[in-house]
Amino acid sequence: MNLKTIDTNHVPVQVLEGGSGAPLLFLHGAGGVTADDPFLAALAEKYHVHAPLLPGYGASEECATLRTMLDITLHTYDVMDALGLSKPVVVGHSMGGMIGAEMAAVAPGDIDRLALICPAGLWLDDHPIPDLFATLPFEYPPLLFHDEAFGTELMTAGVDMNDPAFLQDFLVQNARQLGMAGKILFPIPDRGLSERLYRIKAKTVLIWGDSDRLIVPAYAHAFKQGIAGAELVSIAEAGHMVTLEKPGQVIEAIGRLG
Amino acid sequence: MKFTWFNLMPWPHMPDDFRETNRSVWVDIDSKLFDPAKGHQVYNDHIDLLEYADTLGFDGIGVNEHHQNAYGLMPSPNIIAAGLARRTKNAGIVVLGNSIALYNPPIRVAEEFAMLDCISGGRLVAGFPVGTSMDTNYCYGQIPALTREKYLEAHDMIMRAWHEDEPFAFNGRYNQLRYVNCWPKPVQKPNPPIHIPGGGSVETYDFCLDNTYSYSYLSFTGYIRAKALMQGYWDRVAERNTPDESPYRAGFAQTICVAETDEEAERLYAPHVNYFYNRCLHVYPGFADAPGYRTIKTIKAGALSQYAPTMDFETLTWKDLTEGGHVIAGSPETVRQKMEDLIKGLNVGNIFCLMHVGDMPKEKCMYSSKLFAEKVMPHLRNMWPDYADDNRFWCSPMENRVTPGDLPAEAQVAAFAGGKD
Repeated sequence: MNLKTIDTNHVPVQVLEGGSGAPLLFLHGAGGVTADDPFLAALAEKYHVHAPLLPGYGASEECATLRTMLDITLHTYDVMDALGLSKPVVVGHSMGGMIGAEMAAVAPGDIDRLALICPAGLWLDDHPIPDLFATLPFEYPPLLFHDEAFGTELMTAGVDMNDPAFLQDFLVQNARQLGMAGKILFPIPDRGLSERLYRIKAKTVLIWGDSDRLIVPAYAHAFKQGIAGAELVSIAEAGHMVTLEKPGQVIEAIGRLG
Repeated sequence: MKFTWFNLMPWPHMPDDFRETNRSVWVDIDSKLFDPAKGHQVYNDHIDLLEYADTLGFDGIGVNEHHQNAYGLMPSPNIIAAGLARRTKNAGIVVLGNSIALYNPPIRVAEEFAMLDCISGGRLVAGFPVGTSMDTNYCYGQIPALTREKYLEAHDMIMRAWHEDEPFAFNGRYNQLRYVNCWPKPVQKPNPPIHIPGGGSVETYDFCLDNTYSYSYLSFTGYIRAKALMQGYWDRVAERNTPDESPYRAGFAQTICVAETDEEAERLYAPHVNYFYNRCLHVYPGFADAPGYRTIKTIKAGALSQYAPTMDFETLTWKDLTEGGHVIAGSPETVRQKMEDLIKGLNVGNIFCLMHVGDMPKEKCMYSSKLFAEKVMPHLRNMWPDYADDNRFWCSPMENRVTPGDLPAEAQVAAFAGGKD
């Protein structure tokens, strides 16, 4: 994937781009996405992938004037316009799924194919979503992965919290990225999407890992009820990071959008 | 020097195995540990001690704001301060402070502080903290990355409410009020003195200097380790060509325990200090510092949360804590010497004396407070003679203040009502 920078009304935005095929806009989750992400690489075998980073993610500039869900939804449309994309396949994972669903609800005529991979955005009192912002790094793998050992290996490679320089870089990155995510997800990842879902006209596929312990599959059914005609693809032996655990099946499910 | 007697109002009934059986003293602490009947006693003891401190001649008596925790039982410091305003005579009422980003709308703070200033006859010393991340983000749900912007907006609204004489419209991002018209207004003009508690946020230094507020630093690791941070503040004061380096531009909170001898201090106070460091500060690391709460600049400056796990208090012995300066404890002479080091080393004019620690019973607290007031404080009074007239950071009470409870005798009332003598 190549990293390029585009101008927007807010701040310059970094975009990972690669592959060829139908245009696809990928919206990352709260953990962000990097150029060596294996899921993006797999997507790029089939699509022309554009994966913008939210301001503050990676090395991109932060943006203090993006505050609310509407700000961020419209900003993402600005990014889509700056990339010259018309009706791309919109794929959002987790927080990115929440943004994609908001976009499709706000301007239903502008998005006709939507893949939501275990999106955030709803809240069920019977299934409170664990507080991502009060979760320590070592607590992530069992929350995010079906295969905890696989997750631990992925998440701890190159990590040394006892190294003060590493720790400071980690804290800075965490503050930049999760600070931005907090505007969307803190303290409860519900900005009223449930009351707007009915507006979505896009052909929608919901993709969920059966072992998702962060946003449990009960949410899949809530989304399915809210979006007319949405299809649900459940993936066995996969957690919230279904994109890393079962990338082939996720891409196959996206393919159902045509 | 200005000495403010302070207690955090901890809950003294946490079990011995609290650390092992609870993940956090804050935010999601087991609410069954709070017993309202015992709370009746605890609150009244803490308030009695604050009132006692006034009689000992402390310049101020202090309260602060925390939520959902056994570390400090004052979700509303203004309720305590209101009682103190009525029941004390001389001490400044130091409310350090109201977490102004949490009041909706923040005009409430302008109103309540004005009430306190009126009731106390101009004895209010006001504080505007951002609040800990546990309080502000996890308990009160403020979005971390937007907290400071909301705080600054609240500050602007409060100051305008106090300063302006006509109703005005406030069109903020977080608060829109068509009619801001603060009634009542504070006695002290243009506003009560303001202290900003900070934990090392770089932005806070400039905020204090821009507005002539006193910067106060609360550190549980004590005055020796605080030196680098306070030096950062004084360097900033010099860099900006601030017209003076008055020590009253800064304050420091310090745990202090006084006894007749050093040995007696250890015997009397060590268990309560231990209770504080091992139970009251047992904060789950995931609640210490929400991502986005602290600015990047501040993280890069190395200022971590006071409540972060890196502090690792549980292994510290009494010797570690006293020699390391976390706690200043001992005979009046030992305490005097260390306080001098603190005051000179940090260049501070305001001391927030944490005279109550952990589960300390009131008798011990009274003993320690009285020794400090009588045998230590007088020797430290005039450490900054060059700045003796600097009254920008302390309250200016009215000269002729009323005596609370000074109602006429009922017989006089009857005579007045009947028009007869």
